[in-house]
Amino acid sequence: MRPREILTLLQLEVALDLRQRAAWGGLLLYVVSAVYVAFLAVRSVQGAALWNALFWIILLFAAFNALSRSFQREEGGRQLYLYTLAHPRSVVLARTLYNAFTMVVLALLSLLFHSLFMGTRALEGAAWGPFLLAVVLGAIGLATVLTLVAAIAARAGNGIGLMAILGFPLVLPLLLAVMRASKLSLDGVAWSVVGNYVLGLVFLNVITITLAWTLFPYLWRD
Amino acid sequence: MRHWWWKIAAIALLFTASVAGLYIPLSPALVHVSPDRFGAGLVKVQVTGYNTRFHSDVAVRLENGGDTFCPAQVEVLDATHLELTLVVPAGLREAMTDLVVGDLRYPGAFYTKGGGEGFPAMDCGDAIPVEEEQHFTFPNRSILYESIRNLHFHVPMWFTMVALMSLSVWHSIKGLGSNSLEHDRAAVGAVDVGLWFCALGLLTGALWARATWGTFWTNDVKLNGAAVTALIYLAYLVLRASVTDPAKRARLSAIYNIFAFALLVLFLFVVPRINAVDSLHPGNGGNSGFSDLDLDNRLRIVFYPAVAGWVLLGLWMADLRIRMARLSEQLDR
Repeated sequence: MRPREILTLLQLEVALDLRQRAAWGGLLLYVVSAVYVAFLAVRSVQGAALWNALFWIILLFAAFNALSRSFQREEGGRQLYLYTLAHPRSVVLARTLYNAFTMVVLALLSLLFHSLFMGTRALEGAAWGPFLLAVVLGAIGLATVLTLVAAIAARAGNGIGLMAILGFPLVLPLLLAVMRASKLSLDGVAWSVVGNYVLGLVFLNVITITLAWTLFPYLWRD
Repeated sequence: MRHWWWKIAAIALLFTASVAGLYIPLSPALVHVSPDRFGAGLVKVQVTGYNTRFHSDVAVRLENGGDTFCPAQVEVLDATHLELTLVVPAGLREAMTDLVVGDLRYPGAFYTKGGGEGFPAMDCGDAIPVEEEQHFTFPNRSILYESIRNLHFHVPMWFTMVALMSLSVWHSIKGLGSNSLEHDRAAVGAVDVGLWFCALGLLTGALWARATWGTFWTNDVKLNGAAVTALIYLAYLVLRASVTDPAKRARLSAIYNIFAFALLVLFLFVVPRINAVDSLHPGNGGNSGFSDLDLDNRLRIVFYPAVAGWVLLGLWMADLRIRMARLSEQLDR
Protein backbone atom coordinates (compact mmCIF):
# COMPACT_ATOMS: atom_id res chain seq x y z
CA MET A 1 0.00 0.00 0.00
CA ARG A 2 1.60 3.23 -1.13
CA PRO A 3 -0.78 6.15 -0.62
CA ARG A 4 1.52 8.74 -2.22
CA GLU A 5 1.95 6.63 -5.33
CA ILE A 6 -1.79 6.05 -5.58
CA LEU A 7 -2.42 9.78 -5.18
CA THR A 8 0.06 10.61 -7.95
CA LEU A 9 -1.52 8.02 -10.22
CA LEU A 10 -4.95 9.50 -9.49
CA GLN A 11 -3.63 12.93 -10.47
CA LEU A 12 -2.33 11.38 -13.67
CA GLU A 13 -5.76 9.92 -14.39
CA VAL A 14 -7.43 13.30 -13.84
CA ALA A 15 -4.87 15.09 -15.99
CA LEU A 16 -5.22 12.57 -18.81
CA ASP A 17 -9.00 12.74 -18.64
CA LEU A 18 -9.03 16.53 -18.65
CA ARG A 19 -6.97 16.36 -21.81
CA GLN A 20 -9.67 14.21 -23.42
CA ARG A 21 -12.76 16.16 -22.54
CA ALA A 22 -14.42 14.97 -25.72
CA ALA A 23 -14.64 11.49 -24.21
CA TRP A 24 -16.74 12.80 -21.34
CA GLY A 25 -18.92 14.72 -23.76
CA GLY A 26 -19.38 11.55 -25.77
CA LEU A 27 -20.44 9.64 -22.68
CA LEU A 28 -22.97 12.25 -21.67
CA LEU A 29 -24.37 12.36 -25.17
CA TYR A 30 -24.62 8.58 -25.08
CA VAL A 31 -26.63 8.65 -21.85
CA VAL A 32 -28.91 11.43 -23.05
CA SER A 33 -29.63 9.73 -26.36
CA ALA A 34 -30.22 6.36 -24.69
CA VAL A 35 -32.68 7.92 -22.23
CA TYR A 36 -34.38 9.77 -25.07
CA VAL A 37 -34.69 6.64 -27.22
CA ALA A 38 -36.16 4.80 -24.23
CA PHE A 39 -38.57 7.69 -23.72
CA LEU A 40 -39.67 7.59 -27.37
CA ALA A 41 -40.15 3.83 -27.11
CA VAL A 42 -42.29 3.78 -23.97
CA ARG A 43 -43.66 7.39 -23.90
CA SER A 44 -45.13 7.35 -20.42
CA VAL A 45 -43.74 5.38 -17.55
CA GLN A 46 -46.29 4.66 -14.86
CA GLY A 47 -44.76 2.11 -12.51
CA ALA A 48 -41.51 2.22 -10.57
CA ALA A 49 -40.55 -1.22 -11.92
CA LEU A 50 -40.16 -0.10 -15.56
CA TRP A 51 -38.57 3.20 -14.56
CA ASN A 52 -36.02 1.36 -12.45
CA ALA A 53 -35.30 -1.31 -15.06
CA LEU A 54 -34.72 1.24 -17.82
CA PHE A 55 -32.48 3.33 -15.59
CA TRP A 56 -30.18 0.44 -14.75
CA ILE A 57 -30.03 -0.96 -18.27
CA ILE A 58 -29.02 2.44 -19.64
CA LEU A 59 -26.45 2.86 -16.88
CA LEU A 60 -25.09 -0.64 -17.53
CA PHE A 61 -24.39 0.11 -21.18
CA ALA A 62 -23.00 3.53 -20.30
CA ALA A 63 -20.65 1.80 -17.84
CA PHE A 64 -19.40 -0.57 -20.53
CA ASN A 65 -18.84 2.40 -22.81
CA ALA A 66 -17.03 4.41 -20.17
CA LEU A 67 -14.84 1.71 -18.69
CA SER A 68 -13.87 -0.38 -21.70
CA ARG A 69 -11.30 2.23 -22.69
CA SER A 70 -9.79 2.43 -19.22
CA PHE A 71 -6.83 0.16 -20.06
CA GLN A 72 -6.65 0.90 -23.76
CA ARG A 73 -4.13 3.67 -23.17
CA GLU A 74 -1.41 1.30 -22.05
CA GLU A 75 -0.26 -0.20 -25.27
CA GLY A 76 3.20 -1.58 -25.81
CA GLY A 77 5.79 0.74 -24.35
CA ARG A 78 3.56 2.79 -22.11
CA GLN A 79 2.56 -0.22 -20.08
CA LEU A 80 6.18 -1.18 -19.60
CA TYR A 81 7.03 2.40 -18.62
CA LEU A 82 4.25 2.54 -16.05
CA TYR A 83 5.26 -0.89 -14.79
CA THR A 84 8.79 0.27 -14.03
CA LEU A 85 7.54 3.41 -12.26
CA ALA A 86 4.72 2.14 -10.06
CA HIS A 87 3.59 -0.98 -8.29
CA PRO A 88 0.79 -2.72 -10.24
CA ARG A 89 -1.41 -2.76 -7.13
CA SER A 90 -1.20 1.01 -6.91
CA VAL A 91 -2.11 1.23 -10.57
CA VAL A 92 -5.20 -0.95 -10.24
CA LEU A 93 -6.32 0.73 -7.03
CA ALA A 94 -5.91 4.22 -8.47
CA ARG A 95 -7.72 3.26 -11.63
CA THR A 96 -10.54 1.55 -9.72
CA LEU A 97 -10.94 4.62 -7.52
CA TYR A 98 -10.97 6.93 -10.50
CA ASN A 99 -13.40 4.72 -12.40
CA ALA A 100 -15.65 4.53 -9.34
CA PHE A 101 -15.66 8.32 -9.21
CA THR A 102 -16.44 8.47 -12.95
CA MET A 103 -19.29 6.02 -12.58
CA VAL A 104 -20.83 7.82 -9.59
CA VAL A 105 -20.83 11.10 -11.51
CA LEU A 106 -22.22 9.34 -14.57
CA ALA A 107 -24.92 7.61 -12.50
CA LEU A 108 -26.06 10.85 -10.89
CA LEU A 109 -26.14 12.63 -14.25
CA SER A 110 -28.10 9.74 -15.77
CA LEU A 111 -30.49 9.93 -12.84
CA LEU A 112 -30.99 13.59 -13.61
CA PHE A 113 -31.70 13.03 -17.32
CA HIS A 114 -33.76 9.96 -16.58
CA SER A 115 -36.05 11.87 -14.22
CA LEU A 116 -36.24 14.70 -16.73
CA PHE A 117 -37.54 12.53 -19.59
CA MET A 118 -39.14 9.58 -17.82
CA GLY A 119 -40.95 11.71 -15.27
CA THR A 120 -40.63 11.78 -11.53
CA ARG A 121 -43.80 9.88 -10.74
CA ALA A 122 -41.78 6.79 -9.82
CA LEU A 123 -39.77 8.86 -7.34
CA GLU A 124 -42.73 10.23 -5.43
CA GLY A 125 -42.97 7.46 -2.85
CA ALA A 126 -39.25 6.80 -2.74
CA ALA A 127 -37.10 6.45 0.33
CA TRP A 128 -34.42 8.87 -0.85
CA GLY A 129 -31.55 7.87 1.41
CA PRO A 130 -31.55 4.15 0.54
CA PHE A 131 -32.24 4.90 -3.13
CA LEU A 132 -29.26 7.23 -3.56
CA LEU A 133 -27.11 4.83 -1.54
CA ALA A 134 -28.12 1.99 -3.86
CA VAL A 135 -27.36 4.12 -6.95
CA VAL A 136 -23.94 5.14 -5.63
CA LEU A 137 -23.02 1.61 -4.49
CA GLY A 138 -24.27 0.17 -7.77
CA ALA A 139 -22.15 2.64 -9.74
CA ILE A 140 -19.08 1.83 -7.65
CA GLY A 141 -19.77 -1.89 -8.07
CA LEU A 142 -20.03 -1.59 -11.86
CA ALA A 143 -16.75 0.33 -11.81
CA THR A 144 -14.87 -2.23 -9.70
CA VAL A 145 -16.03 -5.29 -11.66
CA LEU A 146 -15.61 -3.72 -15.07
CA THR A 147 -12.17 -2.28 -14.26
CA LEU A 148 -10.83 -5.79 -13.65
CA VAL A 149 -12.63 -7.11 -16.74
CA ALA A 150 -11.33 -4.22 -18.85
CA ALA A 151 -7.80 -5.01 -17.67
CA ILE A 152 -8.13 -8.67 -18.67
CA ALA A 153 -9.72 -7.78 -22.02
CA ALA A 154 -7.05 -5.19 -22.78
CA ARG A 155 -4.28 -7.65 -21.98
CA ALA A 156 -5.92 -10.21 -24.23
CA GLY A 157 -5.56 -7.60 -26.96
CA ASN A 158 -9.16 -7.77 -28.04
CA GLY A 159 -10.66 -4.85 -26.17
CA ILE A 160 -14.32 -4.00 -26.64
CA GLY A 161 -15.76 -7.24 -28.01
CA LEU A 162 -14.19 -9.44 -25.36
CA MET A 163 -15.11 -6.95 -22.67
CA ALA A 164 -18.83 -7.43 -23.35
CA ILE A 165 -18.58 -11.23 -23.39
CA LEU A 166 -16.55 -11.41 -20.19
CA GLY A 167 -18.29 -8.57 -18.43
CA PHE A 168 -22.00 -9.27 -18.78
CA PRO A 169 -22.16 -12.51 -16.81
CA LEU A 170 -19.80 -11.11 -14.19
CA VAL A 171 -21.84 -7.97 -13.49
CA LEU A 172 -25.13 -9.89 -13.34
CA PRO A 173 -25.10 -10.68 -9.59
CA LEU A 174 -24.33 -7.05 -8.86
CA LEU A 175 -26.96 -5.86 -11.28
CA LEU A 176 -29.67 -8.12 -9.82
CA ALA A 177 -28.88 -6.99 -6.28
CA VAL A 178 -28.76 -3.30 -7.14
CA MET A 179 -31.95 -3.41 -9.20
CA ARG A 180 -33.76 -5.09 -6.34
CA ALA A 181 -32.40 -2.64 -3.79
CA SER A 182 -33.30 0.44 -5.82
CA LYS A 183 -36.74 -0.95 -6.72
CA LEU A 184 -37.50 -1.60 -3.06
CA SER A 185 -36.36 1.85 -2.02
CA LEU A 186 -38.39 3.41 -4.85
CA ASP A 187 -41.39 1.65 -3.34
CA GLY A 188 -40.49 3.19 0.02
CA VAL A 189 -39.82 -0.16 1.69
CA ALA A 190 -38.27 0.00 5.16
CA TRP A 191 -34.50 0.09 5.61
CA SER A 192 -34.56 -3.25 7.40
CA VAL A 193 -35.41 -4.92 4.07
CA VAL A 194 -33.35 -2.74 1.72
CA GLY A 195 -30.41 -2.87 4.13
CA ASN A 196 -29.78 -6.56 3.37
CA TYR A 197 -29.33 -5.81 -0.32
CA VAL A 198 -27.16 -2.77 0.41
CA LEU A 199 -24.98 -4.92 2.66
CA GLY A 200 -24.81 -7.49 -0.13
CA LEU A 201 -23.63 -4.75 -2.51
CA VAL A 202 -20.93 -3.62 -0.10
CA PHE A 203 -19.84 -7.24 0.30
CA LEU A 204 -19.64 -7.71 -3.49
CA ASN A 205 -17.57 -4.54 -3.86
CA VAL A 206 -15.17 -5.66 -1.14
CA ILE A 207 -14.73 -9.10 -2.77
CA THR A 208 -14.11 -7.59 -6.19
CA ILE A 209 -11.59 -5.03 -4.94
CA THR A 210 -9.77 -7.70 -2.92
CA LEU A 211 -9.58 -9.99 -5.95
CA ALA A 212 -8.38 -7.13 -8.18
CA TRP A 213 -5.79 -6.21 -5.56
CA THR A 214 -4.42 -9.76 -5.34
CA LEU A 215 -4.61 -10.71 -9.01
CA PHE A 216 -3.56 -7.56 -10.83
CA PRO A 217 0.21 -7.99 -10.35
CA TYR A 218 -0.04 -11.33 -12.20
CA LEU A 219 -2.03 -9.68 -14.94
CA TRP A 220 0.59 -7.05 -15.52
CA ARG A 221 3.59 -9.28 -15.49
CA ASP A 222 4.89 -10.16 -18.92
CA MET B 1 -4.20 -51.81 -9.79
CA ARG B 2 -3.31 -49.14 -7.27
CA HIS B 3 -3.80 -46.43 -9.92
CA TRP B 4 -7.23 -47.39 -10.99
CA TRP B 5 -8.99 -48.66 -7.89
CA TRP B 6 -10.94 -45.40 -7.76
CA LYS B 7 -12.09 -45.84 -11.35
CA ILE B 8 -13.46 -49.26 -10.48
CA ALA B 9 -15.11 -47.68 -7.45
CA ALA B 10 -16.64 -45.03 -9.73
CA ILE B 11 -18.11 -47.63 -12.07
CA ALA B 12 -19.41 -49.76 -9.21
CA LEU B 13 -20.99 -46.80 -7.42
CA LEU B 14 -22.52 -45.39 -10.59
CA PHE B 15 -23.89 -48.75 -11.66
CA THR B 16 -25.47 -49.63 -8.32
CA ALA B 17 -26.81 -46.14 -7.70
CA SER B 18 -28.30 -45.85 -11.20
CA VAL B 19 -29.88 -49.31 -11.15
CA ALA B 20 -31.21 -48.81 -7.63
CA GLY B 21 -32.37 -45.30 -8.47
CA LEU B 22 -34.35 -46.55 -11.45
CA TYR B 23 -35.64 -49.90 -10.15
CA ILE B 24 -36.58 -49.38 -6.49
CA PRO B 25 -40.38 -49.08 -6.44
CA LEU B 26 -42.29 -46.18 -4.99
CA SER B 27 -44.20 -46.74 -1.78
CA PRO B 28 -47.95 -47.28 -2.31
CA ALA B 29 -50.09 -44.14 -2.37
CA LEU B 30 -53.49 -42.85 -3.42
CA VAL B 31 -52.94 -40.68 -6.46
CA HIS B 32 -56.27 -39.88 -8.04
CA VAL B 33 -59.98 -39.61 -7.23
CA SER B 34 -62.76 -38.97 -9.73
CA PRO B 35 -64.86 -36.90 -9.27
CA ASP B 36 -62.77 -34.84 -6.85
CA ARG B 37 -65.57 -32.51 -5.79
CA PHE B 38 -69.04 -33.29 -4.48
CA GLY B 39 -71.97 -31.89 -2.52
CA ALA B 40 -74.22 -33.59 0.03
CA GLY B 41 -76.06 -36.68 -1.24
CA LEU B 42 -75.30 -39.89 -3.11
CA VAL B 43 -72.01 -39.93 -5.07
CA LYS B 44 -70.02 -42.68 -6.76
CA VAL B 45 -66.24 -42.09 -6.61
CA GLN B 46 -63.41 -43.96 -8.32
CA VAL B 47 -60.15 -44.09 -6.35
CA THR B 48 -56.87 -44.85 -8.10
CA GLY B 49 -53.91 -46.11 -6.13
CA TYR B 50 -50.29 -46.51 -7.20
CA ASN B 51 -48.34 -49.66 -6.25
CA THR B 52 -51.20 -50.57 -3.91
CA ARG B 53 -52.80 -53.95 -3.30
CA PHE B 54 -56.46 -53.22 -2.49
CA HIS B 55 -58.32 -56.20 -1.06
CA SER B 56 -61.93 -56.91 -0.16
CA ASP B 57 -61.75 -56.14 3.59
CA VAL B 58 -60.03 -52.77 3.13
CA ALA B 59 -61.21 -50.09 5.56
CA VAL B 60 -62.09 -46.74 3.95
CA ARG B 61 -63.02 -43.53 5.70
CA LEU B 62 -63.31 -39.83 4.84
CA GLU B 63 -62.28 -37.12 7.27
CA ASN B 64 -63.61 -33.60 7.24
CA GLY B 65 -62.76 -31.06 9.93
CA GLY B 66 -62.17 -33.72 12.57
CA ASP B 67 -65.39 -35.64 11.75
CA THR B 68 -65.32 -39.01 10.04
CA PHE B 69 -67.81 -40.63 7.71
CA CYS B 70 -67.70 -44.00 5.96
CA PRO B 71 -68.64 -44.94 2.41
CA ALA B 72 -71.94 -46.84 2.13
CA GLN B 73 -70.30 -49.42 -0.10
CA VAL B 74 -66.70 -50.20 -1.16
CA GLU B 75 -66.18 -52.20 -4.33
CA VAL B 76 -62.65 -53.39 -5.14
CA LEU B 77 -62.25 -53.28 -8.92
CA ASP B 78 -58.64 -54.44 -8.92
CA ALA B 79 -55.44 -54.01 -6.91
CA THR B 80 -55.20 -50.33 -7.76
CA HIS B 81 -58.84 -49.28 -8.23
CA LEU B 82 -61.71 -48.84 -5.79
CA GLU B 83 -65.25 -47.68 -6.38
CA LEU B 84 -66.83 -45.97 -3.39
CA THR B 85 -70.51 -45.26 -3.03
CA LEU B 86 -70.76 -42.29 -0.70
CA VAL B 87 -73.70 -40.84 1.12
CA VAL B 88 -72.16 -37.46 1.78
CA PRO B 89 -73.64 -35.94 4.94
CA ALA B 90 -74.82 -32.34 4.93
CA GLY B 91 -72.82 -29.98 7.12
CA LEU B 92 -69.24 -30.68 6.08
CA ARG B 93 -67.16 -28.26 8.14
CA GLU B 94 -64.26 -27.69 5.79
CA ALA B 95 -63.80 -27.35 2.04
CA MET B 96 -61.20 -30.12 1.93
CA THR B 97 -61.98 -33.75 2.78
CA ASP B 98 -59.18 -36.29 3.35
CA LEU B 99 -59.52 -39.84 2.06
CA VAL B 100 -58.04 -42.67 4.13
CA VAL B 101 -57.77 -46.16 2.65
CA GLY B 102 -56.23 -48.66 5.04
CA ASP B 103 -53.03 -46.96 6.20
CA LEU B 104 -52.79 -44.63 3.20
CA ARG B 105 -53.94 -41.05 3.45
CA TYR B 106 -54.76 -38.69 0.58
CA PRO B 107 -54.92 -35.23 2.17
CA GLY B 108 -57.42 -32.85 0.58
CA ALA B 109 -58.67 -35.45 -1.86
CA PHE B 110 -62.11 -33.88 -2.26
CA TYR B 111 -63.36 -30.33 -2.44
CA THR B 112 -66.74 -29.19 -1.21
CA LYS B 113 -68.11 -25.74 -0.54
CA GLY B 114 -67.79 -26.16 3.22
CA GLY B 115 -68.95 -24.11 6.20
CA GLY B 116 -71.47 -26.48 7.83
CA GLU B 117 -71.98 -27.39 11.44
CA GLY B 118 -70.53 -30.90 11.34
CA PHE B 119 -72.23 -34.30 11.47
CA PRO B 120 -72.33 -37.29 13.80
CA ALA B 121 -69.13 -39.29 13.58
CA MET B 122 -69.11 -42.87 12.34
CA ASP B 123 -66.75 -45.75 13.02
CA CYS B 124 -65.44 -47.33 9.85
CA GLY B 125 -63.48 -50.26 11.27
CA ASP B 126 -59.80 -50.86 11.81
CA ALA B 127 -57.19 -49.65 9.41
CA ILE B 128 -55.88 -52.87 7.85
CA PRO B 129 -52.75 -52.04 5.87
CA VAL B 130 -53.22 -52.11 2.10
CA GLU B 131 -49.63 -53.07 1.54
CA GLU B 132 -48.62 -55.57 4.17
CA GLU B 133 -45.14 -56.56 3.06
CA GLN B 134 -42.59 -53.80 3.71
CA HIS B 135 -40.39 -53.50 0.63
CA PHE B 136 -37.52 -51.13 0.22
CA THR B 137 -39.30 -48.18 -1.37
CA PHE B 138 -38.86 -44.53 -2.25
CA PRO B 139 -41.36 -41.97 -0.92
CA ASN B 140 -44.40 -41.52 -3.14
CA ARG B 141 -45.54 -37.97 -3.06
CA SER B 142 -48.15 -36.07 -5.05
CA ILE B 143 -46.70 -33.89 -7.87
CA LEU B 144 -43.34 -35.73 -7.68
CA TYR B 145 -44.47 -39.35 -8.10
CA GLU B 146 -41.95 -41.34 -10.19
CA SER B 147 -39.93 -38.24 -11.02
CA ILE B 148 -38.47 -38.43 -7.50
CA ARG B 149 -35.83 -40.74 -9.06
CA ASN B 150 -34.38 -37.73 -10.83
CA LEU B 151 -32.94 -36.73 -7.45
CA HIS B 152 -30.21 -39.32 -8.04
CA PHE B 153 -29.32 -37.83 -11.43
CA HIS B 154 -30.09 -34.09 -11.38
CA VAL B 155 -28.45 -33.18 -8.07
CA PRO B 156 -25.18 -35.19 -8.57
CA MET B 157 -24.63 -33.23 -11.81
CA TRP B 158 -24.29 -30.02 -9.81
CA PHE B 159 -22.10 -31.66 -7.18
CA THR B 160 -19.83 -32.87 -9.98
CA MET B 161 -19.77 -29.50 -11.69
CA VAL B 162 -18.83 -27.72 -8.45
CA ALA B 163 -16.15 -30.36 -7.76
CA LEU B 164 -14.65 -29.88 -11.23
CA MET B 165 -14.75 -26.08 -11.06
CA SER B 166 -13.07 -26.25 -7.63
CA LEU B 167 -10.37 -28.47 -9.11
CA SER B 168 -9.99 -25.99 -11.96
CA VAL B 169 -9.65 -22.95 -9.71
CA TRP B 170 -7.12 -24.82 -7.54
CA HIS B 171 -5.01 -25.45 -10.64
CA SER B 172 -5.43 -21.82 -11.69
CA ILE B 173 -4.12 -20.59 -8.33
CA LYS B 174 -1.19 -23.03 -8.47
CA GLY B 175 -0.57 -22.02 -12.07
CA LEU B 176 -0.38 -18.30 -11.23
CA GLY B 177 2.22 -19.08 -8.59
CA SER B 178 4.36 -21.42 -10.66
CA ASN B 179 3.81 -20.25 -14.23
CA SER B 180 3.52 -23.85 -15.37
CA LEU B 181 1.46 -24.72 -18.44
CA GLU B 182 0.66 -28.11 -16.91
CA HIS B 183 -1.62 -26.40 -14.38
CA ASP B 184 -3.24 -24.42 -17.19
CA ARG B 185 -4.04 -27.62 -19.09
CA ALA B 186 -5.55 -29.10 -15.93
CA ALA B 187 -7.64 -25.97 -15.28
CA VAL B 188 -9.15 -25.88 -18.75
CA GLY B 189 -9.67 -29.66 -18.83
CA ALA B 190 -11.70 -29.51 -15.64
CA VAL B 191 -13.79 -26.59 -16.92
CA ASP B 192 -14.44 -28.39 -20.22
CA VAL B 193 -15.86 -31.41 -18.44
CA GLY B 194 -17.58 -29.30 -15.79
CA LEU B 195 -19.50 -27.43 -18.48
CA TRP B 196 -20.85 -30.73 -19.80
CA PHE B 197 -22.09 -31.59 -16.33
CA CYS B 198 -23.62 -28.12 -16.12
CA ALA B 199 -25.46 -28.82 -19.40
CA LEU B 200 -26.67 -32.19 -18.10
CA GLY B 201 -27.79 -30.56 -14.86
CA LEU B 202 -29.75 -27.96 -16.79
CA LEU B 203 -31.27 -30.66 -19.03
CA THR B 204 -32.34 -32.99 -16.21
CA GLY B 205 -33.55 -29.96 -14.30
CA ALA B 206 -35.61 -28.69 -17.23
CA LEU B 207 -37.26 -32.09 -17.69
CA TRP B 208 -37.99 -32.33 -13.98
CA ALA B 209 -39.40 -28.82 -13.95
CA ARG B 210 -41.68 -29.70 -16.87
CA ALA B 211 -42.98 -32.73 -14.99
CA THR B 212 -43.54 -31.03 -11.64
CA TRP B 213 -43.87 -27.26 -12.17
CA GLY B 214 -45.39 -27.47 -15.64
CA THR B 215 -42.69 -25.52 -17.48
CA PHE B 216 -39.15 -26.12 -18.71
CA TRP B 217 -37.77 -22.83 -17.45
CA THR B 218 -38.95 -20.39 -14.82
CA ASN B 219 -37.66 -17.39 -12.93
CA ASP B 220 -36.06 -19.20 -10.01
CA VAL B 221 -32.90 -18.04 -8.22
CA LYS B 222 -31.20 -21.39 -8.70
CA LEU B 223 -32.04 -21.50 -12.41
CA ASN B 224 -30.74 -17.98 -12.89
CA GLY B 225 -27.62 -18.83 -10.93
CA ALA B 226 -26.97 -21.94 -13.01
CA ALA B 227 -27.54 -20.09 -16.28
CA VAL B 228 -25.18 -17.26 -15.32
CA THR B 229 -22.56 -19.76 -14.15
CA ALA B 230 -22.76 -21.47 -17.53
CA LEU B 231 -22.36 -18.09 -19.29
CA ILE B 232 -19.37 -17.15 -17.10
CA TYR B 233 -17.54 -20.37 -17.91
CA LEU B 234 -18.41 -20.18 -21.62
CA ALA B 235 -16.89 -16.70 -21.54
CA TYR B 236 -13.80 -18.30 -19.97
CA LEU B 237 -13.47 -20.48 -23.06
CA VAL B 238 -13.99 -17.47 -25.35
CA LEU B 239 -11.25 -15.61 -23.47
CA ARG B 240 -8.88 -18.55 -23.97
CA ALA B 241 -9.71 -18.77 -27.64
CA SER B 242 -8.90 -15.12 -28.21
CA VAL B 243 -5.34 -15.23 -26.82
CA THR B 244 -2.72 -17.06 -28.87
CA ASP B 245 0.40 -16.87 -26.70
CA PRO B 246 0.23 -19.93 -24.35
CA ALA B 247 1.91 -18.32 -21.34
CA LYS B 248 -0.22 -15.20 -21.59
CA ARG B 249 -3.35 -17.29 -22.13
CA ALA B 250 -2.56 -19.32 -19.03
CA ARG B 251 -2.13 -16.21 -16.90
CA LEU B 252 -5.17 -14.29 -18.16
CA SER B 253 -7.53 -17.23 -17.99
CA ALA B 254 -6.30 -18.19 -14.52
CA ILE B 255 -7.12 -14.70 -13.28
CA TYR B 256 -10.55 -14.80 -14.88
CA ASN B 257 -11.14 -18.31 -13.53
CA ILE B 258 -10.47 -17.22 -9.95
CA PHE B 259 -12.89 -14.35 -10.34
CA ALA B 260 -15.45 -16.65 -11.99
CA PHE B 261 -15.21 -19.17 -9.16
CA ALA B 262 -15.84 -16.46 -6.56
CA LEU B 263 -19.04 -15.61 -8.44
CA LEU B 264 -20.01 -19.28 -8.78
CA VAL B 265 -19.82 -19.69 -5.02
CA LEU B 266 -21.82 -16.51 -4.59
CA PHE B 267 -24.45 -17.51 -7.13
CA LEU B 268 -24.93 -21.16 -6.27
CA PHE B 269 -24.48 -21.04 -2.50
CA VAL B 270 -25.03 -17.53 -1.12
CA VAL B 271 -27.77 -15.91 -3.22
CA PRO B 272 -30.23 -18.87 -3.06
CA ARG B 273 -30.06 -18.67 0.73
CA ILE B 274 -30.55 -14.91 0.95
CA ASN B 275 -33.18 -14.71 -1.75
CA ALA B 276 -34.90 -18.03 -1.05
CA VAL B 277 -38.36 -16.52 -1.58
CA ASP B 278 -37.92 -16.64 -5.34
CA SER B 279 -37.26 -20.37 -5.48
CA LEU B 280 -39.49 -23.30 -6.31
CA HIS B 281 -36.74 -25.76 -5.41
CA PRO B 282 -37.30 -28.16 -2.51
CA GLY B 283 -35.80 -26.82 0.68
CA ASN B 284 -35.99 -23.18 -0.49
CA GLY B 285 -38.60 -20.48 -0.02
CA GLY B 286 -40.64 -22.46 2.50
CA ASN B 287 -40.87 -25.54 0.29
CA SER B 288 -40.28 -28.75 2.13
CA GLY B 289 -36.98 -30.39 1.28
CA PHE B 290 -36.23 -33.99 0.46
CA SER B 291 -35.01 -34.45 4.02
CA ASP B 292 -38.63 -34.02 5.19
CA LEU B 293 -39.78 -36.72 2.77
CA ASP B 294 -36.91 -39.07 3.36
CA LEU B 295 -37.78 -40.06 6.91
CA ASP B 296 -36.32 -43.57 6.70
CA ASN B 297 -33.15 -42.47 4.80
CA ARG B 298 -33.97 -44.60 1.77
CA LEU B 299 -33.32 -41.80 -0.69
CA ARG B 300 -30.04 -41.03 1.04
CA ILE B 301 -28.83 -44.63 0.76
CA VAL B 302 -28.97 -44.29 -3.02
CA PHE B 303 -28.24 -40.57 -3.26
CA TYR B 304 -24.84 -40.45 -1.57
CA PRO B 305 -23.35 -43.29 -3.67
CA ALA B 306 -24.79 -41.60 -6.77
CA VAL B 307 -23.06 -38.32 -5.85
CA ALA B 308 -19.77 -40.10 -5.16
CA GLY B 309 -20.03 -42.09 -8.39
CA TRP B 310 -20.77 -39.09 -10.60
CA VAL B 311 -18.06 -36.96 -8.98
CA LEU B 312 -15.49 -39.71 -9.52
CA LEU B 313 -16.65 -40.13 -13.11
CA GLY B 314 -16.27 -36.37 -13.67
CA LEU B 315 -12.73 -36.42 -12.25
CA TRP B 316 -11.90 -39.39 -14.43
CA MET B 317 -13.19 -37.63 -17.54
CA ALA B 318 -11.19 -34.50 -16.66
CA ASP B 319 -8.10 -36.66 -16.12
CA LEU B 320 -8.49 -38.22 -19.59
CA ARG B 321 -9.06 -34.82 -21.11
CA ILE B 322 -5.92 -33.39 -19.51
CA ARG B 323 -3.79 -36.36 -20.60
CA MET B 324 -5.15 -36.05 -24.13
CA ALA B 325 -4.23 -32.36 -24.24
CA ARG B 326 -0.72 -33.15 -22.99
CA LEU B 327 -0.21 -35.87 -25.60
CA SER B 328 -1.47 -33.80 -28.50
CA GLU B 329 0.86 -31.00 -27.44
CA GLN B 330 3.80 -33.41 -27.43
CA LEU B 331 2.78 -34.65 -30.87
CA ASP B 332 2.69 -31.07 -32.17
CA ARG B 333 6.23 -30.52 -30.98
